[in-house]
Amino acid sequence: MHLVKLMTGGLTALALATLPALGGTLDDVKARGFLKCGIDGGLPGFSAPNDKGQMVGIDADFCSGVAAAIFGDKTKVKFTTLTAKERFTALSSGEVDLLSRNTTATLTRDATLGIDFTYFNYIDGQGFLVKNSLGVKSAKELNGASVCVQAGTTTELNLADYFRVNGMTFKPIGYDTSVQTREGFDGGSCDVLTSDKSQLAAIRSELKDPAGATILPETISKEPLGPAVRQGDPQWRDIVTWTLYALITADELGVTSANVDEMKKSANPDIKRLLGVEDKMGENLGLTNSFAYDAVKQVGNYDELYQRSITPLGLKREGSVNALWTKGGLLYAPPMR
Amino acid sequence: MSGKSRIPFYRNPAVRGVIAQAVVLGLVAWALFTIFNNTVGNLRARGIQTGFQFLDQVAPFAVGYSPFIDFKLGESPYWLVFVIGIQNTILISILGIIAATTIGFIIGVMRLSPNFFLSRFAQVYIETFRNIPVLLQIMFWNFAVFLPLLPFPKDSLGIGDEVFLNNRGLYIPKPIFMDGAAPWVLVAAVALGLLAIILLHRWAKERQYMTGERPPGLLYGIAVALGLLVVVFALFEPLRFEFPVLGRFNLTGGIQVPLPLFTLWFALSTYTASFIAENVRAGIVSVSKGQTEAAQSLGLKRAPMLRLVIIPQALRVIIPPTINQYLNLTKNSSLAVAVAYEELVSLWAGIALNQTGQALVIIAMTIGVYVTLSLLTSLVLNVYNRRVQLVER
Amino acid sequence: MAESVVFQPIVSRPPPLSETGLWHWARERLFGSVTNSLVTLICIYILYLLIPPMLSWAVFNANISGTDRSVCAANPGGACWTFIKVRFVQIIFGLHFGQHPEEVWRPVLGFAMLAGLFAWLLVPRTPYKVQVGLFTLFGFPFIAYALIQGEWLGLPIAPTNEWGGFLLTFTLASVGMVFALPLGIILALGRRSNLPIIRAISIAYIELWRGAPLITVLFMASVMLPLFFSHEIDLNKVVRAMIGISLFQSAYMAEAVRGGLQAIPRGQYEAADSLGLGYWKKMGLIILPQSLKISIPSIVNTYMTLFKDTSLVAIIGLLDLLNMAQTASRSLEWKGYDFEAYVFAASIYWVCTYSMSRYSQHIERKLDTSKRG
Repeated sequence: MHLVKLMTGGLTALALATLPALGGTLDDVKARGFLKCGIDGGLPGFSAPNDKGQMVGIDADFCSGVAAAIFGDKTKVKFTTLTAKERFTALSSGEVDLLSRNTTATLTRDATLGIDFTYFNYIDGQGFLVKNSLGVKSAKELNGASVCVQAGTTTELNLADYFRVNGMTFKPIGYDTSVQTREGFDGGSCDVLTSDKSQLAAIRSELKDPAGATILPETISKEPLGPAVRQGDPQWRDIVTWTLYALITADELGVTSANVDEMKKSANPDIKRLLGVEDKMGENLGLTNSFAYDAVKQVGNYDELYQRSITPLGLKREGSVNALWTKGGLLYAPPMR
Repeated sequence: MSGKSRIPFYRNPAVRGVIAQAVVLGLVAWALFTIFNNTVGNLRARGIQTGFQFLDQVAPFAVGYSPFIDFKLGESPYWLVFVIGIQNTILISILGIIAATTIGFIIGVMRLSPNFFLSRFAQVYIETFRNIPVLLQIMFWNFAVFLPLLPFPKDSLGIGDEVFLNNRGLYIPKPIFMDGAAPWVLVAAVALGLLAIILLHRWAKERQYMTGERPPGLLYGIAVALGLLVVVFALFEPLRFEFPVLGRFNLTGGIQVPLPLFTLWFALSTYTASFIAENVRAGIVSVSKGQTEAAQSLGLKRAPMLRLVIIPQALRVIIPPTINQYLNLTKNSSLAVAVAYEELVSLWAGIALNQTGQALVIIAMTIGVYVTLSLLTSLVLNVYNRRVQLVER
Repeated sequence: MAESVVFQPIVSRPPPLSETGLWHWARERLFGSVTNSLVTLICIYILYLLIPPMLSWAVFNANISGTDRSVCAANPGGACWTFIKVRFVQIIFGLHFGQHPEEVWRPVLGFAMLAGLFAWLLVPRTPYKVQVGLFTLFGFPFIAYALIQGEWLGLPIAPTNEWGGFLLTFTLASVGMVFALPLGIILALGRRSNLPIIRAISIAYIELWRGAPLITVLFMASVMLPLFFSHEIDLNKVVRAMIGISLFQSAYMAEAVRGGLQAIPRGQYEAADSLGLGYWKKMGLIILPQSLKISIPSIVNTYMTLFKDTSLVAIIGLLDLLNMAQTASRSLEWKGYDFEAYVFAASIYWVCTYSMSRYSQHIERKLDTSKRG
């Protein structure tokens, strides 16, 4: 036993001695000439191909925004579609530089998987979708139901907690992908489907009979979705975080892709700093000072992203948690100064 | 000057062997070390914690199906999830093996039937099922056949008020043993019945040796056993049945065979049966024609000829590849991920892996289980082969 | 010249009418006994119940016209082949070529060239078989890659991770077949070797891979492989799946090849030894040519399994034939036509595997004649 420990210890020490240092992600990305971004690829509103086969959605657009911030060109991004199972290894192993795949930030993931969460690009919450024929009006009536859920997600954990807390029983039917989950629910293998509310709307619209199913009023969890980066590269983390902050700040200051050139002439020092007219915000990050200008110019500010992708799902921004803090929501970017 | 030309040492096969082995060993060790090195390095560099500690933590999710082991949400640890995964893998394997063997034997014998239609039907069956990927078959049965065709629980297909079939699965009555001595009487009756069957069967055999006439001993035995059961049930009421009834959402009560299990079982059995049928056919064909002719000249009809002469000899050829098919079936049960049946791979290497992120440990444990099963199978096969060889010559 | 007496057998009489022809066949195979006749009648009845509705669904009453689901919705009693027709390019060649139908000629040309090469190899008595075979193995893949991927020839690029459908299935299978065979031969030789360490390593490798289900190997390839390499090496998902499939199938290939090796009589080894041949010459010139010939049926069987098993990449999210067909049937436009999608995909798999199995049986029969005369 001691011998084994000694040997593993020795091998580990040797391994660490010969370990290649993780290079700066920014340098890697610049040398490569494009950003590698991990997305879902099959989730309307977040990342899904449009008619022309381009990836669109709030997650995919954010990737393009980061590419624009780095290269001044939003097309310098390559998307990798990842399953829920692969996403964290893909990020931590360097297969992607940035994970923008409707991923909930949690303590365990942050602490044990070698990744860091940045900020949120969509604040979601979990809900239930039921067939009307069951006559259920509230999630509290679901005692004894079979629940379709995508296996191995935080959704599954919230589901278990919710039923346990409310003293109800349920039977989980855990499918591997969100599409299979939908097909299973549509085919009748369960009574109710649970997922993030942003997705329930999309899922409902893709059922054989969308009118035959309803989204229940309860929201049972906090699902702050946001981009994540590899642990151990503070500069890269700052770049991704502040690109997101920049999009939100632009929204707050009323800078849009349409008026960004005019806004450069604005007298407002906040806008001047944001767009790189004044101070050296970008250079502090290791980018050019026009990084936020490029991102906003090419993909739009946060509100544009939202209206383009999430509003069509039937989820209004006004009055929701995803509104700016100035409008009663939760999105709040630290000052850029 | 010595006239002998010495063979240089590097031409000596023994030396060459040693060198070759050293080189291969070195290469393999180097490869393994590099992988180990990179893995440890990568894990460390990325701050991924790895190890077995998580096994004792409470599993934060619910397990959907565990027929024999009790899973308590919020109390049961991760290692129990692992055990449940193994349990469900074993369950589907045993069910699948029984069904596949039965179907396979019937189809295999049919393939050699003198009747044109029967043999053609068997041929079509074999060629269809074994030439289409099993994953496609599983998905086909699940998403294109059973889910769309079976009714919702409210309109379940029922056989009487006891057995129901709907898109959630198959429901059958569940026997519940009563308290007290009555169940033991039942156990005793079953034992007695079995004993009667064995004794009467033996008696019939002996009669046949003595007189040439064979009384239907087995039939008598079964009659005695059934009679005993009827008497016990009439007098003692050793068990009751719990019937499935329609609840708020699904049927509750009774034994439920969930649809994913049913689909997987159906797909795996029909698929594997096509291979077993081929083995059976090959086995029967391998028995030399002389045996058939000898049996015919004894006046045996086709059924007893197959049962008493051909199949016992064919089994020697049939069994080894069939055991390999059993192993394949067990491994193919890992395709349950596609239909949400919670066996080892979908529960452990799927859900638990996602929830903990412990890819290394979990995949290693999963592969470990299958490799152990496979090695056990090889062992059984080797022992069997040795025994058969001894019997043969 | 004296006339010689020549023995002239009279022509044998034809067998009695009752022993030949349709009548005899029917009596023997259909109505041999009472049970037999009963079975025949029941079978005919079952066929009567099954065949007409199936034909009506798949052929006579099927929908093929039009370009959207309204055609099929109007006639729900028949199969919706319109769906397959509209999504055909996507299901066969994947998303990229589905979006750029003007580039489809590239994979089509690739497949046509391959079909030509195969025809050359399979038709008996064509010249330069060895050269053509070597070209098919080592030259053609590069040409096909250049043609389909496009970069080297200055064509619009079709990135490999956007290859899909049958094209992906076929690529995965071919790469697996090309790499698994030599690896398998080496492993089989290792397992039969006299050198204990080499034998032990080979056995460990073979049993480990054969024990694990392919799906866990693919999980490993997709989730863990990146951890095994230093982070400069960057392999995309398709390549990782190829590695997984090749390594996995090489273990099965080793067993197929080993079967052939075991069938070679000792005398052959001893004869080679007595000629003073070294190990590699003995194996390469004497043993392997004989044993591989014997192994051909089991090698083809392993290839069949490999081909079918490529469908498992659907579980790790690659859009192969199965996953592409399924995805198409789950799109908003064609929801509910799963049955057609699966039947279509199944029939493609079936044609490929069945032809392989016929080829293997053909070879088996050809080799068999030498033994049983």
